[in-house]
Amino acid sequence: MSTQFTGIDAVGLPVPGQNVDTDQIIPARYLSRPRELGLAECLFHDLRFNTDGSEKPDFVLNQLPFRDARVVVGEHNFACGSSRENAVWAFHDYGFRVAIAPSFGDIFRNNCFQNGMLPIILPRETVDDLLAQLQAHPGVHVQVDLPSQTVTFPDGSQHEFEIDAFRKHCLLNGVDEISFTLEQSAQIAAFENRYGRENME
Amino acid sequence: MLDDTGPRTLFDKIWDRHKVLERPDGQTLLYVDCHLVHDGSAPAFQRLAERNLAVRVPRRTFATPDHYVPTSSRDITTIDNPEHRFLVEQLAENTAREGVTMFGLGDPRQGIVHIVGPEEGLSQPGILLVCGDSHTSTHGALGALAFGIGSSEVTHVLATQTVWQRKPKSMRITVEGDLAPGVTGKDVILAIIATITAAGATGHVIEYAGSAIRGLSMEGRLTLCNMSIEAGGRAGMVAPDETTFDYLKGRPYAPSGQAWEQAVQRWRRLPTDPGAVFDTEVTLDAAAIEPMVTWGTSPQNAIPISAAIPDPANEPDLDRRQGMEKALAYMGLQPGTQMTDVTVDRVFIGSCTNGRIEDLRAAAAVARGRHVAPGVVAWVVPGSGLIKRQAEAEGLDRILVDAGFEWRQAGCSMCLGTNGDIVAPGQRCASTSNRNFQGRQGPGARTHLMSPAMAAATAVTGRLADFRTLAGAA
Ligand code: SF4
Repeated sequence: MSTQFTGIDAVGLPVPGQNVDTDQIIPARYLSRPRELGLAECLFHDLRFNTDGSEKPDFVLNQLPFRDARVVVGEHNFACGSSRENAVWAFHDYGFRVAIAPSFGDIFRNNCFQNGMLPIILPRETVDDLLAQLQAHPGVHVQVDLPSQTVTFPDGSQHEFEIDAFRKHCLLNGVDEISFTLEQSAQIAAFENRYGRENME
Repeated sequence: MLDDTGPRTLFDKIWDRHKVLERPDGQTLLYVDCHLVHDGSAPAFQRLAERNLAVRVPRRTFATPDHYVPTSSRDITTIDNPEHRFLVEQLAENTAREGVTMFGLGDPRQGIVHIVGPEEGLSQPGILLVCGDSHTSTHGALGALAFGIGSSEVTHVLATQTVWQRKPKSMRITVEGDLAPGVTGKDVILAIIATITAAGATGHVIEYAGSAIRGLSMEGRLTLCNMSIEAGGRAGMVAPDETTFDYLKGRPYAPSGQAWEQAVQRWRRLPTDPGAVFDTEVTLDAAAIEPMVTWGTSPQNAIPISAAIPDPANEPDLDRRQGMEKALAYMGLQPGTQMTDVTVDRVFIGSCTNGRIEDLRAAAAVARGRHVAPGVVAWVVPGSGLIKRQAEAEGLDRILVDAGFEWRQAGCSMCLGTNGDIVAPGQRCASTSNRNFQGRQGPGARTHLMSPAMAAATAVTGRLADFRTLAGAA
């Protein structure tokens, strides 16, 4: 079941670097871990922890002001690579609800919508500006309002973002795509009828 | 069809034909002809069961375990890790309950899902194929529209046989001219990614075109389309032609008899119409492509084997410079080092990128009469049980084993190591797989991507090698 999302006002986490892949977000060895156990600890695991389990103090999520971050901000092609939905689950279990980047791995972006997480695409310069603000003043907030489709940066500047009406509806109401599609069963059946004949199966 | 108005691309034609309904905001419900599932799909089936839903069209769904299977044995009880074993067992249980065909661990047809689809003739021109795995782009080599989906979407497809998509943009990558001898599909795709970057095709479906692409074997095209995702592409495809039809004919799930003739007639109408427009066009000169190898932690860090590791100091973009520095530090490499001076500990020949029979033949041709260098551990992991069988019938296994390679059972294995086949921290691996991300082959593992012949040459020399320069090379 999808969870509802309307907006958030929370600490922004800067994750600089292009092409941050989902293998970094959650290493493969955690993919078999049951979701019920929670995946918060697995998020950025090998960047975040040493092999003995101690924290790597340099990693941004380990720094005090960022520990409560709920909005992750990345660069181009953020969360590219593997289709593992576990990457979104790890963010979600940690508490993240929004990801902002100039572009995302397509599958990660789709997976976000399935889990009540909002991926926002903003122009590169705008994201660079946001990253700079988050780094200059660790712990500052980013505000996101889904109904009006706006992000408010720590400096007060406001930025509009695009989202498909259907996706927005699903997030705002916590509606899950499957329920919606099941209501269209008659149309799917009609398609199957027509299609079977066309294909001369 | 109604949409048949102007010249259309191969992608347009398949997209149009699979539209069930379209929403005003552009989200389109597409019908899925073939859904492949693997042993990572347990959560998707679990959610299906929680909602009391069944698989809508079991005969369009096919399964095989690959990510968590052992490559040392075919015995499920040898899986020590209970989580891994559970996933493989769940696949068998879920598919049996839902009436879905599974090629299980004891079945010679078992293998990596993206190898099995084409091999069984399930991947066909003009179809829409999805799988909960990013390398689903592989199947586009047969002229299908094939893309990876997430776990929730797998549940959606199981329940409804459809998937919501917003139409991606289209990109045509044309590679004209003749490839130099020994330059493979792997080198072509690495050269493409080095050119357009790992984000170059984000939001696009790629069609590969041009004489060099048409000249590739089906195996080469599968390798090419496989790594579309490494260029950021949603999917990659090659227009069906005689190579496609020859490959498909007689495969178990391909049409036969009169249906075959009718299918080929339909498939001949699929290629992009003259005058159809792509959102982006990229052109590469085939003759300029050399055997490629990666030096960093992104597939875009690919250079010719004859080159030296680039110096970040020469990179004007700060972001990219820092990325290069980080990658070099992780890889334990210095700028200016010749790629051919880099020594390796491990060699992995396999994966959905390069685990097919042609790949094993190429590796064996290099290995014949040579021996794996001291201190190097080299593995060959066939992509499927049938490939393994064929390779054994051809005597490739003996050539490889005599040369000191380990000959293993089919599965994903060291491509991502979820079954425990990993590269030790700090060790360097020459790999025919598709991702050289940090930790991809195990925590701290260092990966260099290349073709099977290059990986075999690396195994026998102990350092990254151009197989064309081996003493006595044909
Ligand atoms: S071989 Fe590697 S890339 Fe291919 S499906 Fe298996 S894990 Fe994924």
